[in-house]
Amino acid sequence: MFYRETGQFKTSYAADRAIFPIRQDLYGMGILLLLALTVPFFVKEYWLSAILIPFLVFSLAALGLNILTGYAGQLSLGASAFMAVGAYTAWNISTRLPQVPLLVSFIAGGITAAAYGMFIGIPSLRIKGFYLAVTSLAAVFLTEWIFTHIGWFYNYELSATISTPEMVIAGIKFDTPIRRYYLTLIIVCLMALAAKNMMRCTIGREFMAIRDMDVAAEVIGIRMLRTKLVAFGISSFYLGVAGALYAFVYLRSVSAASFDLSESLHILFMIIVGGVGSILGSFLGAAFILLMPIFLNLGAHAVLGNSIDPQNLATLELMVFGGLIIFFLIAEPHGMARLWQIIKEKLRIWPFPH
Amino acid sequence: MTFFLEVLISGLLSGVMYSLVALGLVLIFKASGVFNFAQGSMALFAALTFVSFLEMGINFWVCLLMTMGVMVILAFLVEKFILRPLINQPMITLFMVTIGLDFFLEGFAQLAWGTQVHRLDLGIPNDALFIFDIMIGKQDIFIAVTAAFLVLVLTVFFNKTRMGRALRAVADDHQGAMSVGIPLKHVWVMVWIVAGFVALVAGLAWGNSLGVQFSLKTITLKAIPVIILGGFTSISGAIVAGLIVGASEKLAEVFLGPFVGGGIENFFPYLLAIVFLLIRPNGLFGDVHIDRV
Repeated sequence: MFYRETGQFKTSYAADRAIFPIRQDLYGMGILLLLALTVPFFVKEYWLSAILIPFLVFSLAALGLNILTGYAGQLSLGASAFMAVGAYTAWNISTRLPQVPLLVSFIAGGITAAAYGMFIGIPSLRIKGFYLAVTSLAAVFLTEWIFTHIGWFYNYELSATISTPEMVIAGIKFDTPIRRYYLTLIIVCLMALAAKNMMRCTIGREFMAIRDMDVAAEVIGIRMLRTKLVAFGISSFYLGVAGALYAFVYLRSVSAASFDLSESLHILFMIIVGGVGSILGSFLGAAFILLMPIFLNLGAHAVLGNSIDPQNLATLELMVFGGLIIFFLIAEPHGMARLWQIIKEKLRIWPFPH
Repeated sequence: MTFFLEVLISGLLSGVMYSLVALGLVLIFKASGVFNFAQGSMALFAALTFVSFLEMGINFWVCLLMTMGVMVILAFLVEKFILRPLINQPMITLFMVTIGLDFFLEGFAQLAWGTQVHRLDLGIPNDALFIFDIMIGKQDIFIAVTAAFLVLVLTVFFNKTRMGRALRAVADDHQGAMSVGIPLKHVWVMVWIVAGFVALVAGLAWGNSLGVQFSLKTITLKAIPVIILGGFTSISGAIVAGLIVGASEKLAEVFLGPFVGGGIENFFPYLLAIVFLLIRPNGLFGDVHIDRV
């Protein structure tokens, strides 16, 4: 009834190609944005720093992985490696060259991660599928080794941990959760918008062509080398910035162990649950994977009381996690984003479905 | 020189252990085209089950039979609840579902049998044998012999029996195999049972030297470069590559490690695998894949 494009006539190609062709979608986004902007006034600071900020950071990371795995079809288990590169680069720049603006060091983190990603992506020209996933695994182990064994990168701190300095951008100190939340929100929104648009134009279509069938894509004239490396580059840029935010805004003190394989798998799960090859899915998946343990914890405590052994709870969490992944892949291989699409389609013909 | 040989041989023998895990991976891949990330968890699960039975005071052989029974049940469950609904799905989906299975099994095994480390003693003498002054552990030799035997049996099974051929057909094309009348259901159960048994052997071999504990799960990560190097579909490749990986990793750690600060054992096999891959994209013994458009 209320979600319907009836009467919205497109009179130009530009209008037809608009990012939100249906007016209700545009309003929906507006409301969502308004909600995101006002939410700090309603919730406790704990919620901001423990749930909303990591949600935004991980959404960005999932988005980055989704560009590579979901859109360009290159399976990667190396997300955390690129995050680590972004975080360590940003940290090194901001501590060694304090005169460099913080945002510039974030971007530099992204760019370094992109370069590293392109380097890791070189074998993808000859290696496909699982074999490629293994090269990305190599990236995880190699990166972890570099950031624990080469002292220069963590400034020879004894515990090999980096603690981020105070964040100051244009004279504003980002010291409260609310300010940090806004900073993250702005970065994530801008990058998500950029990603959405990138995936709608030539570059995104090239990615998808390669994902669907690489030989055919090559035959119709898509340059394999360039496109695959660009996919690795863009994806790693997003992951690098996400890594920098993860270190600076969320944890504020990280070590190489914060970027291990399980972190990569977490991000992979986010895009599986959320929707492989969907921008919206990256956000939904991140929310789900982050909130699930919290609700599981609450649920277990509510049902079993406080007597439950935390060790058992951790293993139970693993089980539920694994079970959900399996369930999602079987029930809806396209993830929550697909569910949302189905809801929208149903809404269009509601309340008279015939 | 003796030291070099000792490092080499200990590397080769630990390579045999990697091969054991890789064998399970190759088996499932060969027969169903699924890259089973959960192989390590299966080994953990099997070994934990075995040890827990053993600690209840049950006879060794009865325990073995019971654990095998559990692995059979697991294979049936995996087929029924995971693989059957996913017939004809792309490989990536099947791969990711095994990551889910990996988490599930890891959690389940520890929830059912506890998280503490169990000692496992298979009654193999643990003393060293000296051949030309080179020290070799007896239990390593025992494991190597077991692995050799397993490989022999599996090779005969895949190449000479009707079932083996059916398995290879399924790996090639699910739909094609079904249309010529191969019962996909039975084939998958069969191969997961065999992989479960291989996981049990691997789990016991590792458990015997490391103790049965959570870290057993990570042996998948050791086995991955092995099957990459050997090729996803080659049983003998898994063995040869296991030896290469084991030997080179130990040699690199001992002779190269001190120059760069050590700890390179973890990623060296991967780098080696990538170098090999760049030269031979299908591994040493893998089937050459032909793209049809």
